[in-house]
This record gives sequence, C-alpha cells and structure tokens, in this order.
Amino acid sequence: MAVEFDGGVVIGADSRTTTGAYIANRVTDKLTFIHDHIFCCRSGSAADTQAIADVVNYQLSFHSIELDEPPLVQTAANLFKELCYRYREDLTAGIIVAGWDKRKGGQVYTVPMGGMIVRQSFSIGGSGSTYIYGYVDSSYKPGMTKEECLEFTANAISLAMERDGSSGGVIRLAAITEAGVERKVILGSELPRFTVS
Amino acid sequence: MEVCNRRMNLWANGPSPGELYSFPGSTSCVGVGPVKTTLNPMVTGTSVLGVKFNGGVMIAADMLGSYGSLARFRSISRLMKVNDCTILGASGDYADYQYLKQVIEQMVIDEELLGDGHHYSPKAMHSWLTRVMYNRRTRMNPLWNTVVLGGFYNGESFLGYVDKLGVAYESPSIATGFGAYLAQPLMREVMETKPDLSRDEARQLIERCLKVLYYRDARSYNKFEIATVTEGGVEIEGPFSSETNWDIAHMVSGFE
Repeated sequence: MAVEFDGGVVIGADSRTTTGAYIANRVTDKLTFIHDHIFCCRSGSAADTQAIADVVNYQLSFHSIELDEPPLVQTAANLFKELCYRYREDLTAGIIVAGWDKRKGGQVYTVPMGGMIVRQSFSIGGSGSTYIYGYVDSSYKPGMTKEECLEFTANAISLAMERDGSSGGVIRLAAITEAGVERKVILGSELPRFTVS
Repeated sequence: MEVCNRRMNLWANGPSPGELYSFPGSTSCVGVGPVKTTLNPMVTGTSVLGVKFNGGVMIAADMLGSYGSLARFRSISRLMKVNDCTILGASGDYADYQYLKQVIEQMVIDEELLGDGHHYSPKAMHSWLTRVMYNRRTRMNPLWNTVVLGGFYNGESFLGYVDKLGVAYESPSIATGFGAYLAQPLMREVMETKPDLSRDEARQLIERCLKVLYYRDARSYNKFEIATVTEGGVEIEGPFSSETNWDIAHMVSGFE
C-alpha cells in the first residue's frame, strides 16, 4: 500500500510469503529499494517481482548516472510498466511505485497485472487488499499529514493481515521525503487491534 | 477381475474422466516456453457511446477501470483527443488502450514534425486502426479493445467502430459492450425519425443512454466524460454524473 502526502509518500506492506499454505518467509521485506527516493511495493509472484525490480533498479541507476540527477518517480513507474506490459502473459506482478522527486513531490503510481499505469493519491494491492477497500474508502481524507498517513497505512494493513490468510507477520512501513527514507517495523503486540475477541 | 485388469491396461495412459487431455501427436506443448498471445483482459472499461449530430460527433464513456467485478480505478479517462479533428474512445483492456494511445500520440507527433500541414483524417485513422487490430488478431495476439472513433473533417461527420477482431464499420450511432444492447436501440429510435440532431439533442440522448447503462450495467460507474468534435476542434468535458431516480423502489415490497 502507498499513500501520497504533501512532501512525500508513506508505503507499507505485510511480511508474509507463501507457497500454497506454507509460509516460506514470515519476515519478508516487500518494500524494495529502486533508488534513493523511490521504492516499490511488490505483490504477486515473489520471483517475478524480484526479477522485475532488479531490472528496473539497474535501468534506473544507469539512467540517473546519464542524467546526473535523481530520477523521476514517473520514470521508474514507466520502466516497471514497460516490462509488466510487454511480458504481461508471462508475469504475475502487481506493483506499486512510490517516491519523492523535486518536480512533483510525493507520487504513487500503480502498475497492476496487465501492465497499465495510473497515478493515484493512494493505492492498495495484493491479495489482502480486497478486504480493506471498504476501510480505505471510508478512512482516507485528502491532505493528511505524514503521521496520519502512517497511522492510516498501519491500520489498513493490520486489518488486511487479520482477514487474509496469505497476509501476516509484521508491518513494514517507510516514509519517503526529500530528506530521505525512514523505515519502521511494527510487530506483535504493537499491531493495531480492532476486534475485541 | 480379468475384465477389470484388461480395461485398466487399455486406460493406463489415457485421461481421467473430465480431465483435459493432450492428444498424442499434437504440435503445441502446453507449458513449454512463454505464451505469446494475449489470453485475458485485466483492467477493463465498459461501454463507449458515439452519436453523430449536425456539425460534429459526440463520444461518451464512464471513468471506471474494472478488475473483474471490482470497481478498482474510478477516475480513469477512456477518451482521447487524436488531433483537432479526431477523437477516440476505447472499451476493453485498459493497458492495451494505454499502449494504443502511446502509439497514436507518437504518430501524431511524427506527422507534426513532417510539417507538411497535413493531419490524419478520421477516416484515415479508422482505416489504419482497422489494419492494426486485424493484423494483431491474425497473429493471435489481439489488442483487447473495442474502439469508437469520431471526427469532423471537410465539413463531414465521421463515426466508426473497430474491435479486437478487426471488425470495422461506420454508423450514425455506435455503442460498445453493454451499450450495444441497451443504448443502441434508444439511439437508433431517435435517429431514425430525426437523423439530423442538434448538439444539445445529441447530448441529451447520450446522457439518457448513460443513465440507463448505469441502471443496468453492473460494471458501470456514475462518473463519465463526453468528448465532442466539431469544426471548432475537440472538447473533452467531464467528469459528470447522471441524476438517478429510484422512486420505483418504494412501489416494491417482497417478491410476489
């Protein structure tokens, strides 16, 4: 999940990777570094998304050196789109690209399966996302601060983890601004709780 | 017992009832190498409507990208301006539409760079698009879209349709998807008695059709855009919403 705010973005994800019903990795990091101020949230096949992220990481780093400037979030997102659209029949990848650049500030671009690209003020993805459409639609307000975005994201992911068997573990959060990337992990008893029982 | 054994031997390498079976000697091996054909659309747009009026053409589409039954992207535009005399609307796979949009926009830029004062006419665009879509379908890798192309060129209105099979035609009114069943009859009823509509009448007809589609198409959304092309150029207006009337709900109780 990723949310834009004035001055940056907040991204968050759970930490569960499954092979069928077995949890292959319970402490996965799905928030992947693409560039200093650009991250992506990976959902779908772990192999596919890791491979795509590696390619985009290389392409973007090369591009940034050529430009002698930090790359734009839109550029990174379009690189993802090019791969995801060209190889759409062979990939299972739903990717959210989020970051900060000097031109447009905080931006969230989503590249779902099929390879389209669209910018949104916030985006959710992955199997657990279906359970929280209602929550995010009712809780989201435009113009939230960074702290409000962090709370919104943590709550949403916690709710998804609660209901989706393929989601769980810890909540990994990151806030990306001009100053850089602040990472946080919320685990165990600190997870936002909603149900009484 | 003996009968049983013999039957099992006969059936040893055959399919279980109900299972898919690859007949021996078939050329394509499923699972060897990447699939090179589009199998399913992912994020899709529903109906696009088009209507000719006196002095131009109007095209409308809602702003929804559906992910199966999920109303996933509620603010996407499915209409585009090709150039000052042509507009285009697409239903079907949104990623394929974005690809088409990219290709067409580049074509228009390249043409501008030629600097010969010529611009693609709506008929030319329609013809080109038909060839592209048909060629892709023949290669079994279609652009999973149904496209409505509208234009005003040399004082004449143009309204055309091209789909993923390369089927193409022109008509005074066009509707794709659900619109073909619900909106087209409404549009034809008006246009057969009065073929020359004014711009306002065309607008009213389109809005009436969009309302019906919102009532009856489960993959529609009450937020739409309308693109108009006339002598004066292209205008894409939106987002708008239909006024819906649910009064009949009060008249119904139970199911008998």
